[in-house]
Amino acid sequence: MRLTVNGMTQEAAPRPGQCLRTTLRDLGWFGVKKGCDAGDCGACTVHLDGQPVHACLMPAFRAEGRSVTTIEGLAGPCRSGEGVPAEFHPMQAAFLAAQGFQCGFCTPGMIMTAAALDASQRQDLGTALKGNLCRCTGYRAIRDAVAGITHVDPGGEGDPIGRNLPAPAAAETVSGHARFTFDAAVDGLLHLKVLRSPHPHARIVAIDRSAALAVPGVVAVFTHADVPRRRFSTGRHEDPRDDAADTLILDSVLRFVGQRVAAVVAESEAAAEAGCAALRVTYEVRPAVVDPTLALAADAPLVHDGADRPGEDAPPLHAHPNLAAEVHGGVGDVAAGLAEAHHVYEGEYHSQRVQHVHLETHGCLGLIDADGRLSLRSSTQVPFLTRDALCALFELPPDRVRVSCGRVGGGFGGKQEMLTEDLVALAVLRLGRPVKWELTRQEQFIGTTTRHPMRVRVKLGATRDGRLTAMALDVLSNTGAYGNHAGGVIHHGCNEVLAAYTCPNKRVDGYAVYTHTLPAGAFRGYGLSQTIFAMESALDELARMVGLDPYALRRRNAIRPGEPMISNSLEPHDVAIGSYGLDQCLTLVEAAMRADPGEPPPGPDWRVGSGMAMAMIDTIPPRGHFAEARLRLEADGSYTAQVGTAEFGNGTATVHRQIAASALDTDPARVRIAGADTDGVGHDTGAYGSTGTVVGGQAVLRAARALARAILVAAAERMSTDPAACRLATDRVETPAGPVPLADLGPIEAAGHAEGSPRSVSFNVQAFRVGVHPRSGEVRILKSVHAADAGCVINPMQCRGQIEGGVAQALGAALHEEVIVDGAGRVVTQTLRGYPIPTCAGVPVTEVLFADTRDRIGPLGAKSMSEAPFNPVAAALANAIRDATGARLTATPFRPDRIFAQVMNAVTVGEG
Amino acid sequence: MDLNTVEGVVRPGARAELPAWRPGDAWLGGGTWLFSEPQPSLRRLVDLAGLGWAPLTVSDAGLEIAATCTIAELNRLAPPAAWTAAGLIGPCCRALLGSFKIWNAATVGGNLCLALPAGPMIALTAALDGTCTLWTPEGGERPLSVLDFVRGPQETALRPGEILRSITLPIAGLTRRAAVRRISLTPGGRSGALVIGTLDAAGAFALTVTASIRRPVQIAFPILPDEGALQAALDENIPERLVFHDMHGAPEWRRHMTRELSLEIRSEFAGEGDP
Repeated sequence: MRLTVNGMTQEAAPRPGQCLRTTLRDLGWFGVKKGCDAGDCGACTVHLDGQPVHACLMPAFRAEGRSVTTIEGLAGPCRSGEGVPAEFHPMQAAFLAAQGFQCGFCTPGMIMTAAALDASQRQDLGTALKGNLCRCTGYRAIRDAVAGITHVDPGGEGDPIGRNLPAPAAAETVSGHARFTFDAAVDGLLHLKVLRSPHPHARIVAIDRSAALAVPGVVAVFTHADVPRRRFSTGRHEDPRDDAADTLILDSVLRFVGQRVAAVVAESEAAAEAGCAALRVTYEVRPAVVDPTLALAADAPLVHDGADRPGEDAPPLHAHPNLAAEVHGGVGDVAAGLAEAHHVYEGEYHSQRVQHVHLETHGCLGLIDADGRLSLRSSTQVPFLTRDALCALFELPPDRVRVSCGRVGGGFGGKQEMLTEDLVALAVLRLGRPVKWELTRQEQFIGTTTRHPMRVRVKLGATRDGRLTAMALDVLSNTGAYGNHAGGVIHHGCNEVLAAYTCPNKRVDGYAVYTHTLPAGAFRGYGLSQTIFAMESALDELARMVGLDPYALRRRNAIRPGEPMISNSLEPHDVAIGSYGLDQCLTLVEAAMRADPGEPPPGPDWRVGSGMAMAMIDTIPPRGHFAEARLRLEADGSYTAQVGTAEFGNGTATVHRQIAASALDTDPARVRIAGADTDGVGHDTGAYGSTGTVVGGQAVLRAARALARAILVAAAERMSTDPAACRLATDRVETPAGPVPLADLGPIEAAGHAEGSPRSVSFNVQAFRVGVHPRSGEVRILKSVHAADAGCVINPMQCRGQIEGGVAQALGAALHEEVIVDGAGRVVTQTLRGYPIPTCAGVPVTEVLFADTRDRIGPLGAKSMSEAPFNPVAAALANAIRDATGARLTATPFRPDRIFAQVMNAVTVGEG
Repeated sequence: MDLNTVEGVVRPGARAELPAWRPGDAWLGGGTWLFSEPQPSLRRLVDLAGLGWAPLTVSDAGLEIAATCTIAELNRLAPPAAWTAAGLIGPCCRALLGSFKIWNAATVGGNLCLALPAGPMIALTAALDGTCTLWTPEGGERPLSVLDFVRGPQETALRPGEILRSITLPIAGLTRRAAVRRISLTPGGRSGALVIGTLDAAGAFALTVTASIRRPVQIAFPILPDEGALQAALDENIPERLVFHDMHGAPEWRRHMTRELSLEIRSEFAGEGDP
């Protein structure tokens, strides 16, 4: 058929059931994104004869003879493969000016939709954008873009640190030219699909692959008989022994509904799907345990046999084979502390399973490169650790495997796992041909990872005047069928939550248990969001018992500079208060809440109340986190920084460029950042634990300083003068004997390393004022304030965006989201329609305030601020709802249908 | 998404060109649901777009809505002034989970045929006493009220090979006074309860309950009932087993909100303001 795309006539031959999105991508229009593939996220929005439509829902044949505009052609006619346009469409320019994006995966669809809105629709963006999901920004920056507000600093003279300089890939992002993982055309590409387990626990008796192999286009079928007999963990850490080696690429034992049974590789996705459907599998179904509280019963079905080796971070101490990890520790004597307390509070809190919902799904594209190496382009936060894992798994030397990233469409911890690369590597190595595996949105829900669901019992004692005498936590974490991150999450989740407060008596007992359910994994906050929800809710109750306002209770008990930082042991550690801004955060939030009540409640019968919570987090994960940067003065006088860490919306490329430019006294526009490629640097632990600025940035700073010295020495040598008398400028070195152009000095290279130790702490304080409808259970946020102690903020616009995005994601988890697993272990929520992440209409404006501190540990005084803002949100919201209604909510999410009865009851009691 | 098992598309230009129905066929309206979920049993799409049905026909008898009329087209209708109940059209379009971009493709008929409890076009046409016209595979027509057409979640009265041709809203329904109330778990989310009340000139009241229950239910009253009578009628007409349960709302909340919203509508008609 013939159609017009971006002003040019094109020929296409779509298959009968193909959607327009696939046809356009096949034609090379990679700006049309595949986010949900179901009409929910809007990332594929294009204009069809001028009308915005979801290209994933539009039958391709209906585009015959019609005119399609994609993001690439929004500014004017263009051909596939052309670069960034010379001039932008006004809406693209507006998204640039407001930096209305982070990872940028939703951005093409967002701009295509926004560009089609009339004036009245722009007045009600909540409605107009309900078909466009963004997981990173929290929508404020998008609303500002549509409103024409500028935030970006145009640059110019002066130190770039502390300025709102734009993201390096901004122009590519708004024009659809940023290349994400799957935005690459590869000749001879094969497609991989997997058959997934229908049973929570079963042994594979037999797999008949004959019918599958007979499907036209099917090239190979892989089963458990075809994989290395080497166990590993999908969870990736600097030290691979942190996680239990309990996983095989394909296993003959299935431990959750959705586990891979077999893989089919074919010439097309359709053939691979047909091949999966043709597999005949005989299962021996075994008894399963889905409920974590039943998993530790003496007669509980076992998830793993005893041969599986546990992880070394928080290894289980007790005998039950369903224990994946344990943490026990304490200081002082909790029983004595409770005995001497005037007030004792005890409560049990539950945090549910939530999904990351990064808009780019997991997946990778593998091939044998020109050097005969296994090369994978993957959507990962940990390219180096994945490379190392593949080397171990397939017994390959590191120089025979390359893992790199394109732009990564969001992560939130979900991509600190090796979920697709192992199987693709197997297929590439066996077949010698390029293989792609791109997970569907449904597979994201049923076959990847989630936050660890947790049950947290908290017990607190306090003196009459509100001084803590005892803190005790008892935590049960459900790690699901595999132990990836089981130990790390229980370890971390039980740490800073206690260290944030000074109290002589503390106790922690934490258990992570295996169940026959979808594995949990790394998730923004890494255990702290669950325990902080419990602790900060409990402290709110304690404040009420004491008769103190919640800010005063925190001031009385929170850790202060000079005090030892003690969590649940007196073991020495490498965390210090490198800077302290908690006091400022508390004061800033309290003042902002007092200054302005925010929106009025929707009606006179709504109950109104306020609440707050705080959180502390170590700026770097424990047990080692390494980064390397290589900075080069090129022959043309520009700079290139090779970093190990990946850009997935966290903004590290922006920060790295500012750090490098500052140390080199140059214009950031002259610094190119290249990252996330195992060919680029020697080693990088990865973009997790909020380390992009504090570890990756530290390596960049050290490399840039070393390069600056080397350049000065080279210039001084050339001019026969003293390096100390020379000074770097934008494009030259000023020497006493006159300027030397940088272009005359390159190439010169220098490296920098960071070890991730010592570590500092960041602080966050969140407050809400809410309206609660006393009969429907609806919660409306009337005001939201968040203060952060991020040390020196290298790019305030971007740090603000991280905080807004963290608050928005946490609001989704606190109010609406839940991956529902039924009694048979099946994930019920398999679409974004059934798993409502926040939309533009659902996210209030959060006023973001920064403490004025400068860290003595982090690079240029900076601290991390990626995971942290998520952590205090659920408790602050619960505390506000408590204030409004009298109802103490102890389980997230606070959905109207879950809370209305308790709210109605509490309001009635309050009035009675 | 790509429907990879589909092997062919038929694009008839007239009823006579409709192919004989066979298993694996699907009538393609807007495609906004068909292409939104895996459809492994489908082999062929029969595109209804080429049949060229006039989307909306206004007459003295009422409004005929073609099954292929898009939500956007319905929303743009400028109804005669006497059609007081046409004020329901806007709120019911906005009750659709999909955005305005979906409105450009999704059809009224598709919303009925999908038969989701929350289908707002079901609510609209049921509340206004709509009648479906079905084309039978033998070439005939079969009328059926909307209330009888939708039988349960994703279950309709359509027999194999039948096509929903149109929905007719009689003038009597369109000229009633109408009020609508709706709630969802999230802002702009799928309806957890959607209740419509209508009042005719003689004072007869009809309450149509959707979204909270498995299929639409209409309760008729000769006059506007008092609160007690309304609650009793709800209890009587909506047994436990009829209340719908999925991730968009727990049954006890749906039942509770159905009562709340119904009472609000009653109060509005009684001139009492919201309770």
